[in-house]
Amino acid sequence: MKTTSQSLRGTPGAPTATAGVRHGRSRGRRIVGLAIVLVGLAVVWEGAKWLAGDPWRIHATIAGIQVDYEHLPPLKWRIADDLSLPHVWDVIRAFVDPAQRGGPPLGVLLLGQAGFTFLEALAGFVLGGLLGLGLGVLFVHSRLAERAFVPYVVASQTVPILAIAPIVVVAIKADWVSVMAVSAYLTFFPVTIASLRGLRAVDPRAVELFRSYAATRRDVLWRLRLPTSVPYLFAAFRVAAAASIIGAIIGEQTAGVAAGLGSAIINYNQYYISAPERLWATIVMCTFVGLFFVGAVTVGEKVVTRSRYRPVEGLL
Amino acid sequence: MTIDTGSGVAPDGARLVVEAVGVGKTFGSGPTGVTALKSIDLAIRQGEFVSLIGPSGCGKSTLLRLIGDLTDPTSGTVRINGKPAAQARQDRDYGMVFQAPVLMDWRTIVKNIELPLEIMGFPADERRRRAEDLLRLVELEAFAERHPWELSGGMQQRVAIARALSFDPKLLLMDEPFGALDEMTRERMNAELMNIWRRTGTTIVFVTHSIPEAVFLSTRVVVMSARPGRISQVVDIDLPGPRSVETRESDRYFELVTKVREVLRRHEAPDDQGATVDADRIRAEGLA
Repeated sequence: MKTTSQSLRGTPGAPTATAGVRHGRSRGRRIVGLAIVLVGLAVVWEGAKWLAGDPWRIHATIAGIQVDYEHLPPLKWRIADDLSLPHVWDVIRAFVDPAQRGGPPLGVLLLGQAGFTFLEALAGFVLGGLLGLGLGVLFVHSRLAERAFVPYVVASQTVPILAIAPIVVVAIKADWVSVMAVSAYLTFFPVTIASLRGLRAVDPRAVELFRSYAATRRDVLWRLRLPTSVPYLFAAFRVAAAASIIGAIIGEQTAGVAAGLGSAIINYNQYYISAPERLWATIVMCTFVGLFFVGAVTVGEKVVTRSRYRPVEGLL
Repeated sequence: MTIDTGSGVAPDGARLVVEAVGVGKTFGSGPTGVTALKSIDLAIRQGEFVSLIGPSGCGKSTLLRLIGDLTDPTSGTVRINGKPAAQARQDRDYGMVFQAPVLMDWRTIVKNIELPLEIMGFPADERRRRAEDLLRLVELEAFAERHPWELSGGMQQRVAIARALSFDPKLLLMDEPFGALDEMTRERMNAELMNIWRRTGTTIVFVTHSIPEAVFLSTRVVVMSARPGRISQVVDIDLPGPRSVETRESDRYFELVTKVREVLRRHEAPDDQGATVDADRIRAEGLA
């Protein structure tokens, strides 16, 4: 998407006529790449089970043909047995099978829980993001505040979240608000650091230019520092989006919020011996939520920065 | 040079836009201190085009920054339009153009030109009208809605000039504005700047490394020498206007170029190796 007009008085022309085509092709290539990795992962997974998993057999009629096949792996590794590593098809089937007799499929159940967890994480993300940005703005304007608070901001992230979560839950209330607070606790940090860097990343000559306009600090903040920090912020938002999901899950488990993925994890942990594929299915769902959130942030970045910032190649 | 200190009026009655009296600037202190400028006296009349030229480290950029109140003098006073430089900056008496265009990537070209107007609180329709006029002046109407990175270096610098003119400052400070451009582009930009200067009547203080550029553009060339930075001589440029390509081929032009070159050489410091080091240091400290 880069068009540099070399001639001093060249006509603007139509520089991006081919960009759409190129864009579509690169997206197609990206999807193919992702699919190849996914299939490769499944092949490695099942390959390990083939080599050293539990024996399995197919004893069924498929399309009218009687199939009788028994596989006896030559080796035996604990990590590849059906308990540690359920078959890929068992994990996929776990989504379709009802979680309880006569109930809806596990996938539907997990989707609802994922939606709930996502909303909590989103609330935590917004709260943490605003807090982080606010701290960044404060620190960039006050060396004193920066020196006084930054060590504690860093220290806050060295305290295990598992230790903090119960305190938050007791202090606030055992409901989604405390889940949001735990999630925000994990998200404000990357945003603080990135906003501080981004707000400082201004061209010193641009600062002089604003000085020559006798611009106020507010002008410098709104018209120079914040726009400059946008790419930095979105990099942090992506990290924060993933972290907010983790925070929400841990918060749910501590607060005993039953509607989200946190309780699903605890639940299927307890039944792991009898149905490991359900926990695996839950893990897959957690990953999907995280990817969805990060993806949404990336789309948000595209919308905000599209044609406003120098184009950068790459997925993230 | 005798100056009626701070009255804002020259002995012949012309209005003085810039008056620097006994200006000195030292970066750092003690034995490590670097004297960038020493006892500078300079008066610039309204409508003049004055170039500051000299070797690296002679403090010509520092002098420009002192005029713009982007740094404080260690000694002496700078007055703009009869006011202290700080007051003049607050009053937005001057526009600044740096060597780099320093455009805001996230703004379109027209929005970049409107930036100072936004900060100064001009109404939206007035901003747009002025920006469009200026785009015409620098012949970039077709690029109004483009973003800076889509333009060549010369075009970006023209945007920077338009931006500096947007709020109608009576004084334009230019710090090697064409220093990063190739020779061809530079000459064309010189001609355009001549046009702008003639049409707007703006007083211009122009820092440059290029002798031909200084002579072609200026009504006076201030030749400076380094360590400590001081004014060696002021050369009046009596080339007739309007200046054009033919001016560059006239005998008088060559005489003046030679004259400026000789003044520069006469005041050249014997150990020129140290000069660039000093300049870098001064720049680094000046920005800090």
